[in-house]
Amino acid sequence: MDLMTNLMPAAAEIFLLVMVCVILIADLMIRQSGRLVTYMLVQLTLLGCSVITVGTHENGVVHAFNNMFVDDLMSDVLKLLTYLAVSMMLVYSRQYLTVRGLFSGEYMVLALFAMLGMMVMISANHFLTLYLGLELLSLSLYAMVALQRDSAVATEAAMKYFILGALASGLLLYGMSMLYGATGSLELGAVASAIQSGEADKNLLVFGLVFVVSGLAFKLGVVPFHMWVPDVYHGAPTAMTMLIGSAPKLAAFAFVVRILVEGLQPLVQHWSGMLVILAIASMGLGNITAIAQTNLKRMLAYSTIAHMGFMLLGLISGGVEGYGTSMFYAVVYVLMSLGAFGMIMLLSREGFEADTLDDFKGLNQRSPWLAFLMLLLMFSMAGVPPTVGFYAKFSVLNAVVGAGHIWLAVVAVLFSLIGAFYYLRIVKLMYFDAPESHTPIKVDSDAALLMSVNGFAVLLLGLLPNQLMSVCAVAVQQSLLLP
Amino acid sequence: MIFGLPIISVAIWLPIIFGILVLATGGDKNAPLARALAMVGSVLGFLVTIPLYTGFALDTSQMQFVELHNWIPRFNIHYHLGVDGISVLFILLTAFFTPLVVLAGWQVIEKRVAQYMAAFLIMSGVMIGVFAALDAILFYVFWEAMLIPMFLIIGIWGGQNRVYAAVKFFLYTLLGSLLMLVALIYLYNQSGGSFSILDFHKVAIPMTAQILIFIAFFFAFAVKVPMFPVHTWLPDAHVEAPTGGSVVLAAIMLKVGAYGFLRFSVPIVPDASHKLAGVMIALSLIAVVYIGLVALIQSDMKKLVAYSSISHMGFVTLGIFIFNAYGMEGALLQMISHGFVSGALFLCVGVLYDRMHSRNIADYGGVANTMPVFAAFFMLFAMANSGLPGTSGFVGEFTVILGAMKANFWYAFAAATTLVFGAAYTLWMYKRVIFGAAANSHVAELTDLTLREKTIMAILAVTVLGMGLYPLPFSEVMHASVNDLLVHVAHSKLP
Repeated sequence: MDLMTNLMPAAAEIFLLVMVCVILIADLMIRQSGRLVTYMLVQLTLLGCSVITVGTHENGVVHAFNNMFVDDLMSDVLKLLTYLAVSMMLVYSRQYLTVRGLFSGEYMVLALFAMLGMMVMISANHFLTLYLGLELLSLSLYAMVALQRDSAVATEAAMKYFILGALASGLLLYGMSMLYGATGSLELGAVASAIQSGEADKNLLVFGLVFVVSGLAFKLGVVPFHMWVPDVYHGAPTAMTMLIGSAPKLAAFAFVVRILVEGLQPLVQHWSGMLVILAIASMGLGNITAIAQTNLKRMLAYSTIAHMGFMLLGLISGGVEGYGTSMFYAVVYVLMSLGAFGMIMLLSREGFEADTLDDFKGLNQRSPWLAFLMLLLMFSMAGVPPTVGFYAKFSVLNAVVGAGHIWLAVVAVLFSLIGAFYYLRIVKLMYFDAPESHTPIKVDSDAALLMSVNGFAVLLLGLLPNQLMSVCAVAVQQSLLLP
Repeated sequence: MIFGLPIISVAIWLPIIFGILVLATGGDKNAPLARALAMVGSVLGFLVTIPLYTGFALDTSQMQFVELHNWIPRFNIHYHLGVDGISVLFILLTAFFTPLVVLAGWQVIEKRVAQYMAAFLIMSGVMIGVFAALDAILFYVFWEAMLIPMFLIIGIWGGQNRVYAAVKFFLYTLLGSLLMLVALIYLYNQSGGSFSILDFHKVAIPMTAQILIFIAFFFAFAVKVPMFPVHTWLPDAHVEAPTGGSVVLAAIMLKVGAYGFLRFSVPIVPDASHKLAGVMIALSLIAVVYIGLVALIQSDMKKLVAYSSISHMGFVTLGIFIFNAYGMEGALLQMISHGFVSGALFLCVGVLYDRMHSRNIADYGGVANTMPVFAAFFMLFAMANSGLPGTSGFVGEFTVILGAMKANFWYAFAAATTLVFGAAYTLWMYKRVIFGAAANSHVAELTDLTLREKTIMAILAVTVLGMGLYPLPFSEVMHASVNDLLVHVAHSKLP
């Protein structure tokens, strides 16, 4: 009985792990031509995970494995969105990877392992669990970036990612060890109460906090720890870029919230000051540098940096309002980035990557429909209503102003204005310029359908954003036991 | 409500739905269908707004035809629409111009017809939304959404330097809007969690905050008006935009800025408005005089009309910030009249441009010889632009000057110079383009207005004359609201 109460909250993770092993073995028996079977199996696994996550949902916060693992509404919501993001990623990338000979069992298994890592991160309630999840995610991603063995750029990107990622993990662990030294515990709740009691050594705590925040900043890719982001986004095959740029942002959000808000809440005035600097630097550098990019993937990398900076603003504001809007921002960002990278893959074909800005020239004449969807995505990223990106920005700004940091809101909107320029340039290229190539665009029907749904979701959620906003707010409220 | 229909919602969504239908006709093979559908949609769009005028109660300053539904309960944002004497005429003006614009682009636009027509229809609905929104976020959504179709219109169908103009237009206006958004969010927090504009009117705000809010609003609205010194996007945008785009820009989109001052700046931060009125008046007068002089030396007809627009809009902001009934009603009348006149002038320039593909005044001369009917219409609109009594241009300018005279003689004096400059630049341009012997072989080969163009011109000519001779139907709807606004503004909102 005791075993079952421990296992139930982690049922989805356990199911996924079993399925990954099954798929790994089953894939050995499948020839390349039948790879679609593996693919379907993976999608079914994701479906199964969703059913289990929904089925095992319980009200309130449930701890398991001696408080190392937590199952709450926030984790359930984030996990469901993660399944969705990974599933969308697989649909978008199927054709793209097939023509490049990368549509292999390893790829899908690694993606699932990465997802398992994300799930562990999302549900972690202990420094070691957090670290375990993070490493599982990171190691899978390193391998995925390097999957295209004969591409020098991809290998370089993988090396950079690995070395910098390892450095960040080191920083994080070092910080955690200091926090452990000061508080005598690795469990988030115990750490918080130890700090609260005032018996812990303040210097050691703040020192540890600096390392932890640096490590988090590395993983989020915010300035000044952003160096890996453009190179990895650019160098990795677009399918992998999409995976790196989408679902893990949800896990990263959970990671940051678990450590900073649940574990280190008593140190809030220390870490929120650090986050302000990180956020402003990211929005500034991300948005300004993105203007100079000619490669769309690089541009989106810098745009990610800016968006992550914006997301941090919500965390700075605090409260249900702040954390809830941060989560909403992360969810919206994932939706938009899936669409944008999906578009690159849709326009790519055998031996050709549609990843420079010039490849988007005159898209309106080649395919008005895809151009329109991209227009929606770009305006959403720029935060122009009636797309959902506006509400993401709006709700974060609202939290920031509500917390009394009006100047921060003004800085944020000024950087958004700079950001609007490069998103607008994509629209300009698609609509105002003549196409450079007249090769017909061939798109698989499943990917095209998903693209339409994705683009319209951006518009529809923009017209009716209340549901998603409330879900995020309620999830954060219940999970963090906020008033 | 008429037949149980929420009229404002219908006025907003009908053109947008037709816009989507037009888009659905696809490529240029189906251009005739797209045109026809756009025409039907725009005419219907105008017809549904008429009950707003006929059913309008004159004796109240309350919002009428109100629609109130929950939209985003999490932030207490409502789908809240309504009109009062300040906004109702602009809704009609917007809907009135859409069929004309569709008609004006009937033959001229040959590539991507469906997208062109759809952009105008959708923009029409969205602009009506701007004028009717009573919830700040709903307003903001419409306000920003308006930029997207205009950006595309300038960028796709514009002239040589269109991309530069389109991007400049977008970024300029976005800067102002984003600062306004911060101000709106601040007000939301101050008002205890309401985004209703009417609630904002009641919130007490300390002076420093009022001034900062005023500045944020100023950036948003002054850019749209446009006021000196943030007017520089307008000549670029106008010159590069296709005729229809210029018409909508001049006739409607500029009014959105002035409307913003009336709906937001003045009632929400009255103390700051009073305190900074001097600056606003100074900027308005600079626009009237200096921009009037700038217009005088333009060699490009569209640029000339664009500068003339800025100069005339200076009257509007002057009228608003002298805070008396004449000034404010004059400002509103001037906005309506300027909508008709500048729209008509851009259409006239468009008529010439379609034939000669030049906007240079120097390329013309003696057009009257070959296009007598056109010359007559153009004459009327040029006269209206210079404020000749009997045309609509006179009504607004005269009322504003009256109001200015009550405030300060020198305001009125400076403002009245426009009657000289306005006449000078408009009529001088008219003389160089229309009179004399045919300047070159191209002019000699010009053909006069087609039936389609005659229809457009005739409709506008009737309106311009009608409003000039009998302005009461326009002014009577605004009395109650303007008086109420002035009473409201006279009370300090300092805590």
